[in-house]
Amino acid sequence: MRGIPLANAAVHDSLLRCNTEARVAGASAGEASELKAGGGHRLWVRLTHWTIAGAVLTLIYSGVAILMVHPKLYWGMAGNDLMTPLFEIPIGPNYRQGSFGPAEPFFAAAGGPVTADRLVEPWNQNGWARSLHFLAAWFFLLGIAAYWLAGLFTGHLRRNLLPRRNELGGRNLWADVKAHLRFPMPIARVGPPYAILQKISYALVALALPLMFLTGITMSPAITTDYPVLLDLFGGTQSARTIHFFTFAFLALFLLVHLAMILLTGPLRQLRAMVLGGAE
Amino acid sequence: MSGFRLSRRALIGGLASGGGMLLSGCNEQSPTYGSILRMGDNFTYDAQRLLLSHGKLVREYDRSQISSMPATGMVDPGKIEGGEAYAALRKGGFEDWRIEVGGRVARPGSFSLADLKRMQSRTQITRHMCEEGWSAIAEWTGVALPVLLAAVGVASSARFVQFHSFDGWQDQIDMVDALHPQTLLAYGMNGRDLPIGHGAPLRLRVERQIGYRSMKFLKRIVVADHFDTFGATSRGWAWHTGI
Repeated sequence: MRGIPLANAAVHDSLLRCNTEARVAGASAGEASELKAGGGHRLWVRLTHWTIAGAVLTLIYSGVAILMVHPKLYWGMAGNDLMTPLFEIPIGPNYRQGSFGPAEPFFAAAGGPVTADRLVEPWNQNGWARSLHFLAAWFFLLGIAAYWLAGLFTGHLRRNLLPRRNELGGRNLWADVKAHLRFPMPIARVGPPYAILQKISYALVALALPLMFLTGITMSPAITTDYPVLLDLFGGTQSARTIHFFTFAFLALFLLVHLAMILLTGPLRQLRAMVLGGAE
Repeated sequence: MSGFRLSRRALIGGLASGGGMLLSGCNEQSPTYGSILRMGDNFTYDAQRLLLSHGKLVREYDRSQISSMPATGMVDPGKIEGGEAYAALRKGGFEDWRIEVGGRVARPGSFSLADLKRMQSRTQITRHMCEEGWSAIAEWTGVALPVLLAAVGVASSARFVQFHSFDGWQDQIDMVDALHPQTLLAYGMNGRDLPIGHGAPLRLRVERQIGYRSMKFLKRIVVADHFDTFGATSRGWAWHTGI
């Protein structure tokens, strides 16, 4: 009932990309060889997808645990409980907690840096959370490197994911926006070709991931010893930590939309395609 | 000085075996081998030792960039059970305090604060990065660990330098970190004696690692040829914290 008859799928593409530009752009001979018969996802896409998915969920879980230990975010090189944060995320048992003894100035001049004894040790699960975060980061790097290498080598990135100039026109964008606002959402064929909004989302993620990596390693004292340029690039360890958080927020938003789109366009069919590869 | 050269040779041997461990996927330094989290930590350790320089200095800051810094963790070992010895030393202005240096060294001995202050000193303004997520910039004055190690003569079999504190803390660093010129035994902070809360009378600064590796309230240093699972690592915390 929903969507278009299966027999028409190959001819029509889908209602999601029902406009002429997208169809013309997508229907090259090269693409036909890239796609499996009847659409769907290739084996290497499925393998890297689930490696990355597992790593990302673990990174989020451990990352939130790490953030909960010190939910204040700062700007610059230094930031701690005796300094003013940019803001504090209302998360976890340490939110607005912290008990310190009297502040003692390091220097004679008024208004200078101080020290104070922390009287109560905070909630802290970083013993496992940090190690888990970096373990998942290694798996993420492995998955994304394999995906990008295979994507470049097979032409998948260029052919299916790189937005084309003729797709970026206002009419095409508007048509895709309208297609996404329809309810129930038209059922797209699983896998490529992708419509322009989906391509733009993936392009933004492709920009956010290196930012996530670079701001992450800017918090590492060993790595910034060799690459102090990272400290200058982001304006300090604490700035990098804050940018790391906002980039996470963007990627989490992408993940929510990604999951919502799957729920709205036949979740079992989408899940089957990403596991087994076969389309409809 | 000859001890210093020997230890450098030990260092090279250690690196060669480190490379072998990376290839075999097995790390004899693993505190709890078999745990998947520790395997990840070991992989990070091997990757950093392989890919990062061993002698490059961390960034040092200007005096105007010194920030506030909370004293966290143990802030007074004199107040804990069994802290009488520390309390007595503190009462005497640490005049009777001595740090023992032993293990795989040619000339084991103990050093008073005055002894350490007579040695070549080093002052550095560096960033303290706590695993909790906060950071602070402070000036540290003390004796570079390689200077003290050269004075006692490190054996060629040395692979780790262990630290023991008045609050019962234990930890160790490898020779790459131990011989780094900025690895400091600090008795001064921001131009004054090290405050109690920050580890008086002597604390460690391991500038390329996360803050909890810079042990406070030092009591004893042992040069070892093996890895010991104790302190934070025995409670599930990562040993290598370069990230």
